[in-house]
Amino acid sequence: MSHQDHGASHPKYQAHHFKTMEQQTSAGKLGMWVFMAQELLFFSGLFCAFGYVKFMYPEAVALGQSSMDWRLGTINSIILLVSSLTMSLCVRSTRSNNRSAAAKFLLATMVCGFVFLAIKGAEWGMHFHEGYFPGKYFHPIAEAPIQNPMAHVFFGLYYVMTGMHAMHIVVGLGLMLWMLVRIVKGEFNSENYVALENTSLFWHLVDIVWIFVFPLLYLSK
Amino acid sequence: MLTSHHDAGSNYLNAKKGFMSWLFTVDHKRIGIMYFVSIGVFFLVAGLFALLLRAELMQVRIPDATATSYMISADHYNEAFTFHGAIMVFLVIIPSIPATLGNFLLPLMIGAKDVAFPKLNLISYHLYIVGALFLVYTVAFGGLDTGWTFYTPYSTQTSTSVIAAVFGAFILGFASILTGVNFIVTVHKMRAPGMTWVRMPLFVWAIYATSVIQVLATPVVGVTLILVAIERLLGIGIFDSTLGGDPILFQNFFWFYSHPAVYIMILPAFGLVSEMITAHSRKSIFGYKAVAISSIGIAVIGFFVWGHHMFTSGQSALASVFFSLLTYGVAVPTAIKVFSWVATLYKGSISFTTPMCYTFVFLFLFLIGGLTGIFLGALSTDVHLHNTYFVVAHFHYVMMGGTIIAWIGAVFHWWPKMTGKKYSETWGIISSVVVFIGFNLTFFPQFVMGTRGMPRRYYDYLPEYYNFHLLSSIGSFVLAIGLFIVLFTWLHSIFYGEKETRSNPWRAKSIDWTDTAVVPIEHNFEKQPISSHGPYEFDELVKPAKAGEH
Ligand code: HEM
Ligand SMILES: [Cu+2]
Repeated sequence: MSHQDHGASHPKYQAHHFKTMEQQTSAGKLGMWVFMAQELLFFSGLFCAFGYVKFMYPEAVALGQSSMDWRLGTINSIILLVSSLTMSLCVRSTRSNNRSAAAKFLLATMVCGFVFLAIKGAEWGMHFHEGYFPGKYFHPIAEAPIQNPMAHVFFGLYYVMTGMHAMHIVVGLGLMLWMLVRIVKGEFNSENYVALENTSLFWHLVDIVWIFVFPLLYLSK
Repeated sequence: MLTSHHDAGSNYLNAKKGFMSWLFTVDHKRIGIMYFVSIGVFFLVAGLFALLLRAELMQVRIPDATATSYMISADHYNEAFTFHGAIMVFLVIIPSIPATLGNFLLPLMIGAKDVAFPKLNLISYHLYIVGALFLVYTVAFGGLDTGWTFYTPYSTQTSTSVIAAVFGAFILGFASILTGVNFIVTVHKMRAPGMTWVRMPLFVWAIYATSVIQVLATPVVGVTLILVAIERLLGIGIFDSTLGGDPILFQNFFWFYSHPAVYIMILPAFGLVSEMITAHSRKSIFGYKAVAISSIGIAVIGFFVWGHHMFTSGQSALASVFFSLLTYGVAVPTAIKVFSWVATLYKGSISFTTPMCYTFVFLFLFLIGGLTGIFLGALSTDVHLHNTYFVVAHFHYVMMGGTIIAWIGAVFHWWPKMTGKKYSETWGIISSVVVFIGFNLTFFPQFVMGTRGMPRRYYDYLPEYYNFHLLSSIGSFVLAIGLFIVLFTWLHSIFYGEKETRSNPWRAKSIDWTDTAVVPIEHNFEKQPISSHGPYEFDELVKPAKAGEH
């Protein structure tokens, strides 16, 4: 007997333990959504911590916020929003079997991710330049606009939150690289696209988290 | 009927051969077995440390002590109970049932070929091993003396290896999350035709509720542990009050996970007990829907009671009152389960098999554990009992008397399915009796000591506690003997046991028994099972059942 006895038609990308392709697809999607709930709770821990710090040290937080460059933050927000769009377009192209468009949209998304990281890195560099190092290394240089040592509680969390977020971006870029290879190899099509769609979901999550991080750290006073 | 590629006698155990075929298997049953062996080893190691602690506590020396009159130094005592506690909590009790029996049974019970993501399942196991290595590393190099709770500010100051330990716990948390995701999707998407939600075995409900907690609570402790590590490295001033932070914030985060985590530990055990009680009293479970929903109820309420661990830590009195009140709320769904078990037993045709004996041990010990929990949930009494041996006794009654006992009983119950071998009922029953006696002797005196003020985590004590500690230590050795009998019964069964020939020796009604071979084949079922009735429709069989029981 051949492999066929597991079920009627068995596309080659359908794993043996699924009965149908729809079952596999919907399982993959649900898995990712559940995983995202987990990611949200992970970040919500950081948001609670930030809420606590802001509640305890409103002046120090306001002081720290005043040193944030909201223009760079806004640019980065726009970049992420655009990247979410290109990512969605990539999935859409895949679902309509347009491989080259998918690859291009994915590349565009990755470029956005890199630009975001570059800007974020430049911001950190600027803060370091003023001597606003994290935690106990917080020693503003004499010319720095913020001298109040309590501001370190803001910067501590600022580095942790943006750092965690940036780490997710790096993971997202890694996933996209992997997806790019698979697109080029022609593994995805209108039937088989869950991995790509899940990567896209992950990327949207990174975007959404930033939509909360940005006003909290840069804008709210 | 056997199809061509499943030869007679071929099953998941012998379908592939060699160590590597196990280490890189994606078969949920084999992964379950690998977890079982690994967790068993850690249980043994942490148990030996417990005996070391008890040996140290067998003597009282304060009146005329010299530094050399202790078996182990105070520092080493701290490291030993931390190791014991951390291994028991993170490596044994949290993964115990979900990772072993959950993995093994979940697809079998809902009629699926495997979990939804078999490779992810394997990755979870490998992560578990990596995380475990980190934790074990801390003992060998530098020790860890914070207790398994990593309370700040101490954990940001001690010179012992906190970072390696929190990193290990973080990785273990990730493994736990991935298992949870996998199980949730499996329950939603992989059920056999006809397997509606109200036809799922109660163990599946329990595992499902547990998975929800795992996915929603674990990330919070994950980020907390990262913050502890960063606090130690950089001093960002989030938990350290000298830098402007708040140690109570740590406790809030920690218990937001760790209280729900006690339900990760006990809910699966509830599920197993329901399965065993119906099977061995040959009666349909009383109030199936209420029991199923109560698992979800416990999972939900469990998220709102974490503050009962902080009554004495300086949180606001109002918060304490609320948390105390909510804590009692958990008693409702828990009581539903207990009443259902009792009502199921009532007029059942109970057979005193090994699993049933363990179930009775469970009922007795969990009852004590649960009732003493009320003392700790009540604001006024907790202030007196906090951080005393009363707490130590309480959580051992719940975690060991509850979870571990149900787990052992259930392993006996599914032993024929897992190994294809029979075991000695006589030794199984003897083990349950020895464990029962040893357990109570070990932990009951600790309740008394606790009410009289013996603090936990102390390596020496005043003479008036001597008799209690002596009893407790003797009990711990009896308990150890009982557990070794369990181990030898299993080993004996594997190497010398008779082959099991019946695919359903308990004549149970759920798919894992009715539709599988004696030992399930690699993809579980020869042909897709179809569910046409509930998992416990025994009633029509109550009368004739007695005769053929063994
Ligand atoms: C073999 C039977 C066991 C014995 C004799 C035993 C004994 C002990 C002892 C003597 C302590 C130290 C108490 C103190 O100094 O405050 C302790 C603590 C602890 N045990 Fe066990 N134990 C056993 C099994 C277990 C199991 C199965 C668990 C599973 C969860 C467990 C979890 C813990 C925890 C969490 C602590 C607290 C550690 C800490 O304070 O950081 N124990 N146990
Ligand atoms: Cu609790």
